[in-house]
Amino acid sequence: MTEPAGALHARNFEATHERLDLPEYERPQGLHPPMNSPGYKSTALRSPARPLVLLPQRLTEVTGPLFGSERVTESEADLTRAGPGAEEAIGQRIIVHGRVLDSDGRPIPDTLVEVWQANAAGRYRHKVDTWPGPLDPNFTGGGRVVTDEQGWYRFTSIKPGAYPWGNHYNAWRPAHIHFSLLGRAFTQRLVTQMYFPDDPLFEYDPIYNSIPDPKVRQRLVSRFDMEHTRPDWALAFRWDIVLRGTGRTPMEEPHED
Amino acid sequence: MKTEAPLGLTPSQTVGPYLRLVLPWPDGPDVVPEGTPGSFVLSGRLLDGHGDPVPDGLVETWQADPAGRFNHPDDPRGAASGPASFRGYGRCPTDDDGRFWIRTLKPGPLPTPEGGQEAPHLDVSVFARGILVRMATRCYFSDEEAANRADPVLSTVEEDRRETLVATAESGGYHWDIVLQGPGETVFFDV
Ligand SMILES: [Fe+2]
Repeated sequence: MTEPAGALHARNFEATHERLDLPEYERPQGLHPPMNSPGYKSTALRSPARPLVLLPQRLTEVTGPLFGSERVTESEADLTRAGPGAEEAIGQRIIVHGRVLDSDGRPIPDTLVEVWQANAAGRYRHKVDTWPGPLDPNFTGGGRVVTDEQGWYRFTSIKPGAYPWGNHYNAWRPAHIHFSLLGRAFTQRLVTQMYFPDDPLFEYDPIYNSIPDPKVRQRLVSRFDMEHTRPDWALAFRWDIVLRGTGRTPMEEPHED
Repeated sequence: MKTEAPLGLTPSQTVGPYLRLVLPWPDGPDVVPEGTPGSFVLSGRLLDGHGDPVPDGLVETWQADPAGRFNHPDDPRGAASGPASFRGYGRCPTDDDGRFWIRTLKPGPLPTPEGGQEAPHLDVSVFARGILVRMATRCYFSDEEAANRADPVLSTVEEDRRETLVATAESGGYHWDIVLQGPGETVFFDV
């Protein structure tokens, strides 16, 4: 188009030889839950007592592992067929999909999304989950997908049940799916949870309510997506994930071979 | 410079007690494969505010290669020069004693945009039940005394807390504990 990629690369390298030009990721204020959230008792001994120290974003922070399709097999996108039994998992089939973007609106392509959840009865296949909800021999509860070029991810599962936990008397978690995202830099690393619309347990859940701003909490709630339901097969929910951006104008990045 | 972002950021939630369902990878602790020349094991324990082990945590590391390069488009110096098997990234769930480990190579020092130099270090993320937002810290090396003294990040940390960020050389590798709270509390960063 203009000049060969090699020339561009050489010029960039020369220009940066003197001075490193690194992206600067936004630092959100008041977005995340406070580390010590008394309503969620396990934070009491696991949150720092001393204030955080400001870390400038240098080379280690603005880079990160770029894992994509090489760590995933196609079958990991279907949690209904991933159990140790030979049959399909019991429960309401759902398709969960959405986009992974940065706050500048740029899609984050080819990035690993790891998910895990309870079964339809609200029980995890895990040795420390011992409440008397039934296990499903056909449901393991873990999945992995990779975003496409436009940042879209999609997996099939069953709707998880609510489950009791020991935080306070008669505590129940609203139905949720755990998400882990690597993004493209250490600054973007995010672990969070996706919820389902209109859950009556929201107002009682100290984890959901640990997010200070009620409007921000709602960003964790997926929306029912009629358009992407599959007739005679599955409901659909849409949930977009937004990781920290750099404020740089979205643009085509030069391709290098 | 950062202006108003058009999209609202997704807030963080705890990883919860059941991360073992998917997050541990069989080769997770292998930043480099076993037998890689120069490789060592960095290990330690994750401890809570009572000094008790955290048995349901996850520790992740990210680092430059031995030449101080990253195989990443935002390292403007160009591609990494390290061995192809070098992944830069380690991930290890803690065991019943709170113990975690990775197998890696020591990263090289890094230039800073201000013209200084950062001592060899790993960036570290800690997740667990009861941790609502990823806790970020750094791990330096006790046998890099001169480089550590000149490190621009360590110098911003109160002197009596710097040692919480430094792994101790021991036979076969390095030892480094992460203390979430209380006496000997590790320095955590706002990244
Ligand atoms: Fe959960």
